[in-house]
This record gives sequence, structure tokens and C-alpha cells, in this order.
Amino acid sequence: SYRSVSIPPQVRQYVVQVVFSVTFAFSCTMFELIIFEILGVLNSTSRYFHWKLNLYVILLVLIFVVPFYIGYFVVSNIRLLQRQRLLFSCVVWFTFMYFFWKLGDPFPILSPKHGILSIEQLISRVGVIGVTLMALLSGFGAVNCPYTYMSYFLRNVTDSDILALERRLLQTMDMIVSKKKRIAMTRRQMYQRGEEQNKQTGFWGMIKSVTSSPSGSENLSVIQQEVDALEELSRQLFLETVDLQATKERIEYSKTFQGKYFNFLGYFFSIYCVWKIFMVKFWSQHISFILVGIIIVTSIRGLLITLTKFFYAISSSKSSNVIVLVLAQIMGMYFVSSVLLMRMSMPLEYRTIVTEVLGELQFNFYHRWFDVIFLVSALSSILFLYLAHKQAPEKHMTL
Amino acid sequence: MASLDRVKVLVLGDSGVGKSSVVHLLCQNQVLGNPSWTVGCSVDVRVHDYREGTPEEKTYYIELWDVGGSVGSASSVKSTRAVFYNFVNGIILVHDLTNKKSSQNLYPWSLEALSKDSSPTGIIVSNGDYDREQFAENSVPLLLIGTKFDQIPENKRNDVLTRTAFLSEDFNAEEINLDCTNPRYLAAGSSNAVKLSRFFDKVIEKRYFTRDPSQMQSFTDRRRFNFKSLHND
Repeated sequence: SYRSVSIPPQVRQYVVQVVFSVTFAFSCTMFELIIFEILGVLNSTSRYFHWKLNLYVILLVLIFVVPFYIGYFVVSNIRLLQRQRLLFSCVVWFTFMYFFWKLGDPFPILSPKHGILSIEQLISRVGVIGVTLMALLSGFGAVNCPYTYMSYFLRNVTDSDILALERRLLQTMDMIVSKKKRIAMTRRQMYQRGEEQNKQTGFWGMIKSVTSSPSGSENLSVIQQEVDALEELSRQLFLETVDLQATKERIEYSKTFQGKYFNFLGYFFSIYCVWKIFMVKFWSQHISFILVGIIIVTSIRGLLITLTKFFYAISSSKSSNVIVLVLAQIMGMYFVSSVLLMRMSMPLEYRTIVTEVLGELQFNFYHRWFDVIFLVSALSSILFLYLAHKQAPEKHMTL
Repeated sequence: MASLDRVKVLVLGDSGVGKSSVVHLLCQNQVLGNPSWTVGCSVDVRVHDYREGTPEEKTYYIELWDVGGSVGSASSVKSTRAVFYNFVNGIILVHDLTNKKSSQNLYPWSLEALSKDSSPTGIIVSNGDYDREQFAENSVPLLLIGTKFDQIPENKRNDVLTRTAFLSEDFNAEEINLDCTNPRYLAAGSSNAVKLSRFFDKVIEKRYFTRDPSQMQSFTDRRRFNFKSLHND
């Protein structure tokens, strides 16, 4: 997509790079530990120890370190607050903590026996945010994946369509060029005449300057408005051409062997996703676990790719630090919730370690919450893609 | 489309190096107040007095085509922006002096525009011999502009200037280092202004006064605007 066009300015701050890497590393270690659990690698007590350690580090990072630094870098960008950076970052962090804590109220995620400083308080809230994110992305992914990869949906794009659009684009550029030349020429003439006008003194000079033709500035503003409109048009035409090119490439790709293979996979997973949408539990637990694992891995891959594209699209030299940290926060919460949700699909014998480590959370709530958000997200995506698909062919028909 | 009267210069470089600011400075003699991401291509016109101060002085309107994007863009974006590379009479390569990667990316940028690389994959060219070979036969005048010069601390300036000297040797091009927010760098009479003037004079000379007519459209892209094939469909 066109959005991945710019190279973001380097993230210079060493601390940002470190924080992101640490978040990613400890997130991945959690999955490693689940695999170790299933395969029986390492002593069970040492596994438990590593689980706890990993969890504490990740919570520390997600609740204290990352939000604080996000506040710090946001405050650094605002000139007014820059002097008292540390103070305002602490204010931002306390605000974050307040809302984070308030998150516990509307959701029945804790049983009353949990103390106020227990780890369940923190995990439960992180879990809610992360599960919501996961469900949103999975719902969209479940709909978008078949739409993107199944050739049934690909609009038919020919070379002449593209050439025609390109011709229009270049014609628009030519019009912009000729108008800008006129502006430059007029400005030059005005400048030269202005010099002469300055030399006109006295009564007759005044009369002369009043009666000379007013070709200058009124014309200029009219032409400038035309230029602005044409430039907007050229941008739209450029984006449309890119879109057509991308579609054409996708069509070509779908004819290759690799493309056909992924197309088949797309059909397979589409059916599974549709099945999940209608919540039919037909598969046995172990197969379900593997498939959910695959979906989670691909959705994490999809998440990282989407986050990267998002980052490229909106970053600038000022905000790249903040954006990387926000992405680290999202990624960390997403990973923690993955573990929460995986428990549902794990065979019974492995569920105990997750329950032991994460404490007695109301896991059922998370599953139900995930299903609700997944359904909402999937249905909205269907609606959104339907509208987008319907609208697109009409755009290209006005040639 | 009267291509006979046109002098077209491409302005290439990574996103965020300051191409729009440079173009604005060159064409409007003003600092650009609100730079924003360039979508597609933005064009501006520079009024240039060829052979200023001599009897052969003549005014030309040089088009500066500022093509946005990065060397790592999707291939659909690269195919689309290739339409802007037709009938090019000169190329200005812009890089950020505080960002080494943007300087290295000028190699794939120039190759993409000069159409010698049939699959611009964005691989950074770092081997010196490879560069010389590519640019030895190039007849399109090139100019290097380095931006954000004011953000280089004093003690690093020599290293940066050495690096850009290598670049300018590789591209066989003059180099100008400036700060886009300060028009003083291009003040009339300064060495930068002289280099700029010389570059545009060279572009116009190659365009209008060259004896070899085949050099007029030296780098037309292979598959663009082949109207004959369009009608045969």
C-alpha cells in the first residue's frame, strides 16, 4: 500500500531502542516458556521461576517504564513544558495510572479476595487492553485475509487502465507546470515594473501608475488557486495509479505457483475463521491449539507488519521516539493477552502452569470478551470492506 | 505537450531530507514555512538567467520535479513514480548531512531515475568500483545538495565534508551544503550560488546546444508511453 512510502528518521535515542528490544525479548520469552511447558524442557520448578521472573519484568516495563518514557518524550516535544520535563512526565504517568486503575471497575475481572497490591490487579487490566486489541485485529484479519488473498475478489485491471491513468497524471502535471510558469513570468514582470514604478515621481508619475494595466496580483491569486486544485488532483491520481499497480501485481502474483499456494491457504483459513465467527467447536482440543497457535503467530506477524507500516506513515523526526514506545506498549500488552487467551485452547494438563503463574483471574470473562469484540470487529470489517469494494470500481470508470 | 521548450530537472532523495524546502528555496527565494510530506510529485519553476552578465544572456524556466518517497517503497509505488523520470535534463540529489543512510541511498535513487538498474531493489551500493562504472558514462548533469548543515556540530564538520567529497567524486557532480531555513547560503555571489548557476547553465547547454541529438532524450524509460503498442491492443 502507498502508506509505506517514507523512511522514518532514525530513532536516535538509545533508551528507546533498548526499551523496545527488552519488551520484545521478554514477550517472546513468554511464548518460549509455553513451548517448554508442553515439551517438558527444563525442570518444572525452574520453569515456574522463569515464568514469574518474566512476568514481573514485563509488567514492570509495560506499567512503569514505557508509559513514563512516552510521557517524557511527548513532554519534550512541547516547548512550553520542556523546562520541567521530569515533573510533567511524572504528572502524565500518574494520570495514566489513574485511568489504568479505573479500567478495573466496569469489568468483572477480579474476585474480591485479591488484595490491592497483588499481581492480579495489574495483569487483569493489562489483559483487558491486550485482549481488546487482539480481538479487534483478529476480527479484521479474519475478514481481510480472505478478501486480500482470494483471487475471487481481485478487480480486473488491465495495462491500458494504468496507462490511461498515468497519461492523465502527466497531463495534470503539465498543466501545473504551465500555470506556475505563468506565475513566475508575471511575478518577474511585476518585479521589473515595480522597479520602474518606484522611479515614477511627481504628479504625472502617480497618474501613470494608476492607469497602467492591473495585470499583476489579481490574476496571480486566481492562477494560484487553480494550481492548488490541480496539485490536489495530481496527488489523487498518483494514489489511484499506485493502487491499480498494486492490484495488477497482486493479480500477477496470484497466477504464480506461490500465489496459488497462498490462495489455497487463504481459502482454508477463511473457512476456519468463518467457523470461529459462528463459534462452532468441532475440532478436538489439540488440533484447535495448533491452529490457534498458527493464527496467533500469523496475527502477531501481521501486527508487527501493520505497526511498521503505521509507524512509517505517521512518524516524523519529532514523534518517532513516542511512536516506537507506543508500539512497544501495544506489542507487550498484545503478547501478555495472547498467553491469557492461549490458556483456553491449551490441553488441560498444561493449563495449570498458566493458572498458577497468572493467578486466579476470571479467565472465562476474557474468553467471552474476546468473542464479543472479535464478532463486532469482524462484522464491522465486512461492512467496511464491502463499502470500499463497491466504491472503488466507480472511481476508475470516469476516464 | 511541447517537449521542445522544456527544461526538466529531477529532485531526488529520501523522505524528510528537505527536498521540498530546497525546491522552495531555489524557486521562490524564500524559506518554506510549513513543510509536509510530499505525496506523488510536486513541481515548481525556477527562473534562470542563462549566461548571466554576458551578451548571450537568456531567461529560461526550469522545472524542478520533486519526487517523493523512499528507495524501499513498494514496487507499485516505484512503477508509478517512474512516469516522472521521462525526458530528464538534470538531476539534483538531496541528502541529509546528519543522516548517513540518506547519503548512501542516493546511489539507488540515481540508478532508479537513470533506468540503468532494471530492478531497483534498494540495495545500497557501497563498492567504489561499481559506482564509477555506472556514472562514468552518464551524460545527465548531476548536482549534490546536503541539507541541515547547521545541525552538524563543529567538530564533526570535517568528517562530514570528507564524506560528501567522496560522494561528489562518485557522482562526478558539484556539491552544495546548506541549511534550508537560511537563504544566506545561496546569497548572490557566494560560491554556492555560483555552483548552482553553473549547474543550471550546464543543464541548459546539454539540452539546447549539444551537437548530438540522441542525447536530448538520453534516458527515456523502456516501457513508458509506447503509444503504438497501446493502439495495437
